[in-house]
Amino acid sequence: MVNIIWVGLFVVGFMFAAINGNMEQVNEAVFAGAKEAVTICIGLISILTFWLGMMRIAEVAGMLRAVGRVLQPFVRKLFPDIPKDHPAIGYIISNMSANLFGLGNAATPMGIKAMKELKELNNNKDEASRSMITLLAINTASITLIPTTVISLRIDYQSAAPTEIVMTTIMATACSTIGAILIDRYFYYRRLRKGCGDN
Amino acid sequence: MSWVTTVSIWLIPTLILVILLVGTWKKVPTYEAFVDGAKEGVQMAFSIVPFLAGMLVSIKVFRESGALDFFITLSEPVLSLFYIPAEIIPLALIRPLSGNGALGMTSDLIATYGPDSFIGRLASTMQGSTDTTFYVLTVYFGAVGVRKMGDALKVGLAADVIGVIASILIVRAVFL
Repeated sequence: MVNIIWVGLFVVGFMFAAINGNMEQVNEAVFAGAKEAVTICIGLISILTFWLGMMRIAEVAGMLRAVGRVLQPFVRKLFPDIPKDHPAIGYIISNMSANLFGLGNAATPMGIKAMKELKELNNNKDEASRSMITLLAINTASITLIPTTVISLRIDYQSAAPTEIVMTTIMATACSTIGAILIDRYFYYRRLRKGCGDN
Repeated sequence: MSWVTTVSIWLIPTLILVILLVGTWKKVPTYEAFVDGAKEGVQMAFSIVPFLAGMLVSIKVFRESGALDFFITLSEPVLSLFYIPAEIIPLALIRPLSGNGALGMTSDLIATYGPDSFIGRLASTMQGSTDTTFYVLTVYFGAVGVRKMGDALKVGLAADVIGVIASILIVRAVFL
């Protein structure tokens, strides 16, 4: 799927560039895209190092496990594949709470840690497991309580009420999150029917 | 709603403080633990480079070639049937592909139509309630070396579609 989309973006892009006669911009885009990738990763180093450092303290202090125990029943319903008291649950919960409070930057490292644990549970296969797809679905739906970036943008443009979109955002986010979980379930049961039951 | 802003400002410092104080109370060697965890962040960031480079180049080629604009023009008449403002379509299409691109577009829409206009509110809600699916997919799966993504992309894109539709319906209901 990803392979086809990836190649498709290139092929369609080059075709349009040939038609529109803007091959030069597309040429630039190739180098700009690669450069942007490196720039983003360099930018990520600062966030990842700091929050992973903080999270290690929280982990050693047993805080992740404590939070995890409280929210365990809820997360276990969403991720029935993960064994009880497994560290992945703690990371998933931290990832969800960070997203909830709009700490997207803090959410990423914890999401990645959760993915690492889930990969180990999946015998280190390079294939996405059921739980990994669920975690991704929840993250793309982006459960948000405080859309910090948007609020600051609205303040910049002198909105009369910069935070008035908080409630609409929470409602829209709730819809997409519930939708994502339902669609994730639908695809899972479809996979089961097709007979790849261990996944 | 001012409490929301206050909460968001206090949240990060509070979180750091709680982690440090509980860590100290539990006799964790805080600084050593921090450095130990932080080291992982450096490796993690570098391991993402190849995945991100592949994705970003293809998306940029697609956008700069004019293909994206073409598909936007193509979908406009259909969407106007459902009273969806045409101005919002580029944002809805860019959102799953590029976080920076979407943010740029949102600020452009807010600047052009005003933050308190229908389009301004819709753009704000849409920006806040959806995420850059391709980026999330690339970073999360790239960092742990998952290559076969299964249904993940389909589920992620479907969630985006629901987020866009929900934003339009909710902003219409609340502000119109």
